[in-house]
Amino acid sequence: MIDPQKIVFGLDSFGDLPTDETGKLMNQAQAIRQVVTEAELADRLGVDVIALGEHHRPEYAISSPETVLAGIATRTKHITLASGVTVLSSDDPVRVYERFATLDALSNGRAQVVIGRGSFTESFPLYGYDLSDYDLLFEEKIELFSKLLDEKPVTWSGKTRAALKKVEIFPKTEKGSLDTHVAVGGSPDSVVRAARYGFPMILAIIGGSPRRFVPYVKLYQKASKKFKTHAYPVGIHSHGVIADSDGEAVELAWKHTRKSLVRIGNERGWVPMSREQFEREVKQGSIYAGSPETVAQRLAATIKLLGAGRFELAYGAGELSAQARLHMIELYANKVIPRVREIIAEE
Amino acid sequence: MKEMLGILGAGKLGTVLGQLATAAGYRVLIAGSGSPTKIELTIETLVPDAVPATAIEVCQQADIVILAIPLGKYQTLSPSALAKKLVIDAMNYWWEVDGPRPDLTDPRYSSSELVQSFLKESHVVKAFNHMGYHDLFDETRSHGQAGRKAIAIAGNEREYVKKAAEVIDKLGFDPVHVGSLAEGIRMEPGSAVFGANVNENELKDLLAKFEETDRGQEVLHARGIN
Repeated sequence: MIDPQKIVFGLDSFGDLPTDETGKLMNQAQAIRQVVTEAELADRLGVDVIALGEHHRPEYAISSPETVLAGIATRTKHITLASGVTVLSSDDPVRVYERFATLDALSNGRAQVVIGRGSFTESFPLYGYDLSDYDLLFEEKIELFSKLLDEKPVTWSGKTRAALKKVEIFPKTEKGSLDTHVAVGGSPDSVVRAARYGFPMILAIIGGSPRRFVPYVKLYQKASKKFKTHAYPVGIHSHGVIADSDGEAVELAWKHTRKSLVRIGNERGWVPMSREQFEREVKQGSIYAGSPETVAQRLAATIKLLGAGRFELAYGAGELSAQARLHMIELYANKVIPRVREIIAEE
Repeated sequence: MKEMLGILGAGKLGTVLGQLATAAGYRVLIAGSGSPTKIELTIETLVPDAVPATAIEVCQQADIVILAIPLGKYQTLSPSALAKKLVIDAMNYWWEVDGPRPDLTDPRYSSSELVQSFLKESHVVKAFNHMGYHDLFDETRSHGQAGRKAIAIAGNEREYVKKAAEVIDKLGFDPVHVGSLAEGIRMEPGSAVFGANVNENELKDLLAKFEETDRGQEVLHARGIN
């Protein structure tokens, strides 16, 4: 079991549009500034990571996480500035490296790239990629990206971008490499791939019981052993709402978290989550909604179950008010995180 | 000899179905998109009682074959290797994987009818497509146990529907017969049961409401029914 003091706690956002004090939905520019305000608060309160995910949709304001992170970089001191995720398949690994190395410079070494395939694929038609190359694109680009990490001249060739011959990439980071993680959504192939490249793995667990992921953690460990790479404690990304009471948090989650999941599901032809399904997710599934004590108990159980070293709370799903989001960050930092460490240390 | 169940597809759905099938006592063969060595570690860890194989081995050796590959790739299946078999189609159109494919969402035909017309000599039955894989994992219950959930099934041949219903029952769910493969469109994305994790009576109610949904109206219109 990992030292409870070393567990990394993060906050994840896609830049969901919140409502303002009058109940009006913010526009996307306001939503981006709100995320910066939230990250400043999280930094002051000692949260370890802020992770911003790339999307290209009307309900999410963040399409270029590292630009928002750069804004946050100059106004914060300690917090790690991560993406969650950078959709590498439809990006260029060299440019991703350059942008995050720049962020690393601005933040005195606090940049972290979390690469993934993304559960959304709107970036494919947007940037002119063919979905039928889905696997090839990710496989080649993660290979190239991994080659950039030692910051030496790189030679690479493949089908999805121009070849490189002994090319140097700038700027160089001060610590000699970029901190890189891989996020996976439960495809066994992705788990094995993360292990093959020796990247720490973050599991996006957005539905069902976390118990289902125990074998995935085992798969990551076994694969790391086979490829002789280091198996890091896994990270977890899940949705949640923390409020002063269980009742308030659950109703906010029903109104906002569920609504945002339903909107996405709807596009995929999925029936809306029923109250019964929702209650099950809250009780034993992957929506962490409740008072600080309730959420801390559930988080501690999940962290222990998966032997996790990192937990990231997607805190702003749906059109939650900016005020409720800020309050949630306070409760998470001041009450939930210390309480989770305490519960884990007790055993 | 225990029956052998083959699964084509070693992704999220394929591995969960493999877990349920081995727990139910089936011998299970699973194939991914490449060679068996590529999925060896995955199967050994996630579905330890199943055996990784090539797609052709799965088709030839299994008594029943479940299709759990992306629907967009159904034409890569081997009709000859699957001839005469009971083939359970668990596939759905998913635009984020399959891309724009008007052929797969044509309201005149269910996707399983397309699969059946490609696999001319197989006995195609549609099942296990409408419940999310994490619900499939979480919700299995033995026959007669309270709170058991239901899985819809569609097929043209009574004998094979019955056989597939037995598989559903053994894997931990109550089978609910929807009708012919054409009626299988009632369980597809956009219908009231897609994503449903409910019991037998609730599932029957939802299936009956198909005509009230937008997709239901589109299908009726396209098929010249109203």
